[in-house]
Amino acid sequence: MIPEIGNFALILALCVALVQGVVSIAGAQLGIRSWMELARPSALAFFVFIGVSYGCLTYAFVTNDFSVKYVVSVSNSMLPLQYQIAAVWGGHEGSLLLWALLLGGWTLAVAHYSRNLPLEMVSRVIGVMGLISVGFLLFTLFTSNPFDRLLPAALDGRDLNPLLQDPGLIIHPPLLYIGYVGFSVAFAFAIAALLGGHMDATWARWSRPWTTVAWVFLTLGISLGSWWAYYELGWGGWWFWDPVENASFLPWLVGTALVHSLAVTEKRGGFKNWTVLLAILAFSLSLLGTFLVRSGVLTSVHAFATDPERGVFILGFLVVVIGSSLALYAWRAPKVGMGGRFQLVSRETFLLTNNVLLVVACGAVLLGTLYPLLLDSLGLGKISVGPPYFDSVFLPLMVPLIFLMGVGPMARWKQASIPDIADRLRWAGAVSIVMALILPFVMGRWSALASLGFALTFWVFASSVVNIRERMAATRKNSKAGLLARIFSLPRSYLGMHAAHIGVGVFIMGVTMVQTYEVEKDMRMEIGDTVTMGGYTFRFDGVTQIEGPNYNASRGQILVSQDGKPVTVLFPEKRTYLVQTMPMTEAAIDTGLFRDLYVSLGEPVSNGAWSVRVYYKPFVSWIWAGTAIMALGGLLAVSDRRYRIAARSRRKEAKLKTAVGGASLATEEK
Amino acid sequence: MKTRHKRMAFILVGLAGLSVAAWLVLNALNSNLALYISPTDVLAGDAPKDQTFRLGGLVVEDSLRREDDGLTVHFEVTDSANTIPVTFTGILPDLFDEGQGVVAQGKMQGGVFAASEVLAKHDENYMPAEVAEMLEEGEKLKQQYGQSEGAATVPQTP
Repeated sequence: MIPEIGNFALILALCVALVQGVVSIAGAQLGIRSWMELARPSALAFFVFIGVSYGCLTYAFVTNDFSVKYVVSVSNSMLPLQYQIAAVWGGHEGSLLLWALLLGGWTLAVAHYSRNLPLEMVSRVIGVMGLISVGFLLFTLFTSNPFDRLLPAALDGRDLNPLLQDPGLIIHPPLLYIGYVGFSVAFAFAIAALLGGHMDATWARWSRPWTTVAWVFLTLGISLGSWWAYYELGWGGWWFWDPVENASFLPWLVGTALVHSLAVTEKRGGFKNWTVLLAILAFSLSLLGTFLVRSGVLTSVHAFATDPERGVFILGFLVVVIGSSLALYAWRAPKVGMGGRFQLVSRETFLLTNNVLLVVACGAVLLGTLYPLLLDSLGLGKISVGPPYFDSVFLPLMVPLIFLMGVGPMARWKQASIPDIADRLRWAGAVSIVMALILPFVMGRWSALASLGFALTFWVFASSVVNIRERMAATRKNSKAGLLARIFSLPRSYLGMHAAHIGVGVFIMGVTMVQTYEVEKDMRMEIGDTVTMGGYTFRFDGVTQIEGPNYNASRGQILVSQDGKPVTVLFPEKRTYLVQTMPMTEAAIDTGLFRDLYVSLGEPVSNGAWSVRVYYKPFVSWIWAGTAIMALGGLLAVSDRRYRIAARSRRKEAKLKTAVGGASLATEEK
Repeated sequence: MKTRHKRMAFILVGLAGLSVAAWLVLNALNSNLALYISPTDVLAGDAPKDQTFRLGGLVVEDSLRREDDGLTVHFEVTDSANTIPVTFTGILPDLFDEGQGVVAQGKMQGGVFAASEVLAKHDENYMPAEVAEMLEEGEKLKQQYGQSEGAATVPQTP
């Protein structure tokens, strides 16, 4: 009964989405106010229906309703409750429903926080999002309905893939999806601007925080996925250039470019066309990511289904979305205009270079990801493009990007001078060179890449410090207050930018350290055997059998000591899940600020001896700390008071029935 | 600078950047591709020499042998028509098992495939598409052989 209600709610949601899409946009184009007024209530109704539907599916999971096919395929009565709830998005059908739910959530958020936007704009934005909902719900209902029944009902479920039975799974996909789906807002704003035929700084100010929030979630989602792979896959890597990882990384690269080009559009009115194109591209890549992962074209942990019908549907959807938005772009973009002029040396140019580098990097990753598929579909043989390709293309593109990260914020808008910037940054340059020379010797081994990594890290740190100091010297207000108080009195968007940049620095530090100075050893260990690396001694104390809720495991015990003093005891496990009888390595990690100690079990060899994998990974947690700081920077920027002030002042103006404006009241960023 | 000169400069810088990027991409693609090759093709001499490639197939039952160091393993990979011996030093992935699909990356060294990396399939039902296709090809080959052999052996059966 409950699954039928869910199914029915899903169909109702589709009907609402259809109204939301067609009526709102038609109303805005024809200028019919009553139609436009429908946009907000329909967004609410859509969210309610999709929420009910999602709730019903969750209920089916929690109550072990094995007459529902989808529940049977990814759940089991022995599965702990939190994983039963997470299993809703553990497979293809449910993750589509999650997609739709999140889209509903974003639409509702837009409807709620857009009280100060012209009604026309709001109804266009909500309308475009409604059309996207229509596409996704059609896909769900016709090719992958999660409420399909299984008759006769199964006795028990086939269980969730053991790899996915982990706290990381509970939050990684939703975060990633919030990010993916979030770009639909930027996309909807861009399409709305094209439909309306005009865009200005106000448009960019509106679109910008939404884009940043989506970017923040995508950053966190990708980072969590990388962390999950690190501790769950049992061999200590943190990024594999796996096609599915790339699929999430592509929209991130373009999204990062978009965040920067929106800054130019907001501050200087420039890059308008380019910004619109990036917004379309970012969302298209989110869709492409969904297509690549969900259609089963790519085979990996994430590919749940190999169903050509689904692939064809998503491909068709992709073609319609990208095709129609690009056609609209070609038709309308000439009207949008180019915006402010700027000199060859200016902040605009640096940001343009940033954009070009990010988009080219995205193109290179896209090529490497799709090339094997392309060759295969042309019948030219099967190949794989390995991580070395991505490394050797990506690194040379990132070096100038990171360098410009220090230069860009120092440059003035419109016209800057290179000698002036060089002069202001000379200390930052000196710090970075000195660190590049000293640190490798402190760590005990020199390599060109390590030096480059340290140079870039400290270049980012030092140039941010120089920039913040200059800014504080320029404002000079409450100079008696403490340093921290003075820093925090700076505009949040400015601090957010530097936080994000420093996050990148922290990330590079982590990557450099791990890539250069990690120690990895696979070896056979008998009971009592010891191995020493990075100043730590690991002693293998044997393996015992234990029983988990839905698995049996061999649990190893490894005593770690430093200078004769015990540091910690690690318990790596080798689990066998009862339902899928699938072996799983559960690594044991001692995380620290400056190093991780990582132990995982291989196989039993003989007489209690095991093959064991022991890693010493310096600074590895900085990789994820860096991405967390980037995300924090994004949140800081969104909380900037100019968005609040602009909103408040516009509300006042609306009361006075004056024309749309208020942009000039916003605090101007240098 | 005049506007036109400025625009030229932008375009030139842009073009230069793009050509560098294109060069990087092509160069990297060229040297980092790994072909999927089946045991039959390896024996036919189609495998690239001194270059890594990916060997796919099933791990032959009872072929797994472990050396005393506990890390070096020997096993055989088959596409059911032909078989290639493989050696690998390190810890095998969780899902590696005899009779299961496997993809190994490495080079041929005197008739033995020295793997630098072994990838196993991800779940019980999943077979890498590349491996599945190789097995199909191998199966076809075997049937052809099988038929001719079968024809030869017919007179022997009463």
